[in-house]
Amino acid sequence: MAWNDERLEKVVSTLLITGVSLSALVVLLGGVCFLVRHGQDRPDYQVFRGVNDEYRSIRGVLTATRAVDCRAFIQLGLLLLIATPVARVAFSMAAFALERDRTYVILTAIVLAVLLYSLIGPH
Amino acid sequence: MTNLEFTPLVFLLSALAGLLGALTGLGGGVVVTPALTLLLGVDIRYAIGASLVSVIATSSGAAAAFVREGYSNIRIGMFLEIATTLGALLGAFLATRTPTGVLSLVFGLVLLHSAWSASRSRREDVSGTPDPLAKRYKLDGAYPGEHGLQSYKVTRVKSGWGLMFGAGTLSGLLGIGSGALKVIAMDQVMRIPFKVSTTTSNFMIGVTAAASAGIYLSRGYIEPALAMPVMLGVLTGSLIGARQLVAARVPVLRWIFAIAVGVLAIEMIVTGVRKL
Repeated sequence: MAWNDERLEKVVSTLLITGVSLSALVVLLGGVCFLVRHGQDRPDYQVFRGVNDEYRSIRGVLTATRAVDCRAFIQLGLLLLIATPVARVAFSMAAFALERDRTYVILTAIVLAVLLYSLIGPH
Repeated sequence: MTNLEFTPLVFLLSALAGLLGALTGLGGGVVVTPALTLLLGVDIRYAIGASLVSVIATSSGAAAAFVREGYSNIRIGMFLEIATTLGALLGAFLATRTPTGVLSLVFGLVLLHSAWSASRSRREDVSGTPDPLAKRYKLDGAYPGEHGLQSYKVTRVKSGWGLMFGAGTLSGLLGIGSGALKVIAMDQVMRIPFKVSTTTSNFMIGVTAAASAGIYLSRGYIEPALAMPVMLGVLTGSLIGARQLVAARVPVLRWIFAIAVGVLAIEMIVTGVRKL
C-alpha cells in the first residue's frame, strides 16, 4: 500500500491514542503511589519555588524513577505525554519522505527542530 | 488540607473545567487555570504548567477521533505549526520573565475574548481570492460534506500565519491551547471551512503546547503532584463533554457557559491589577 495523506492520518490517529492512554496510565499509577505515601502531607503551591531539579529534565526524571520516587513516575508519564506530539511530527516527516514530498519534509523538520530544542536544547 | 483531600478536589475541578471546555469549544486549559488560582490559591506559574500538560492530553485525545473522520488537513496543520511552535517558544520564554500580575491580567483579557467568541454563532462560509502560496504549499483540500467531498481554497496565507504566531505566543505565555484564536486565523482569515478549521486547530494544539512544555519543565513549572489530578481530570471531563456535544447546541446553555467564563475572566483581571 502506497503512502498517502489518508493512510498517514490513520496511523497518526492510532499513535496519538496510544501515547495519551499510556501516559494517563503511568500518571495514574504514579498518582496512586504518591497518595499512598504522601497522602497526609500538606500541599503547598501558593508560593512558587519551582519543582526540585530532578523533575526538570528527562535524565533527572529517569534517575529518580530508579529510586522508586512516586512523583518521578508521574513526571515520567507527563514526559510520555509531551513526547506524543513530538513522535507524531517525527512520524509525519518520515511519511512525507516516503511520499517524496520534499517541501513538507523540510517544513516538518523545522517543527521537529523547534520541539527538540524546547525539550532537550540548552536554555 | 492534606493531599488526600486536595488531589480529589483538584481532579473534580479539572473535570468540570474539561467538561466546560469541551462543551464551549474553548478547551479545558483556559478554564482550569482560573479555577486553580482563584479558588485554591495556587500560584499562576504552577497552574499554567499543569494546564499546559492537560492541553496536550485533550488535544491528542480529541485529534485522534477527528483525524479519522477526514476533516482535518494535515498539511495546513504542519505548515501553520511552524508559526505556532516558534510563537510558543517565545511565549514560554516571556512567561518566565513576566510578573504574575501581568500574567493574570493578560489571561483575563484572553478569557474575556474567548467568552465573547463562544457566545457568538459563527459566520457562514464565504470564499475569497485563492492565494498562490496556498497552491505552492498544497494547502487547498477537500472534506466530507453533505453532498460528497467538498473542495476548498485557502486565502491570505501570510496573515493567517502571522496570527498563528500570535496564537502560539499566547499559548506559551499562558499555558493554554489558544484554540479560539487558531480557529479565527483559519476560519475567518484563511477562509478554511469551519469544520476543517476546528479539527485542524485541535490537531495543532498538542504540538504547539509541546513546544513550550520543554521550557516549562526546565523552569520547574510542571509540578507532578499538581499536574497529575489536573491532567487526568481535564482529560476525563473533556471525554465526557465530547459525547455531550448535543447539549452545547442549546443556545441557553451556550450563554450560561459564556457568562461563567466571563465571570472568571473579570476575576482574573481584578486579581492581576491588584498585584501590579
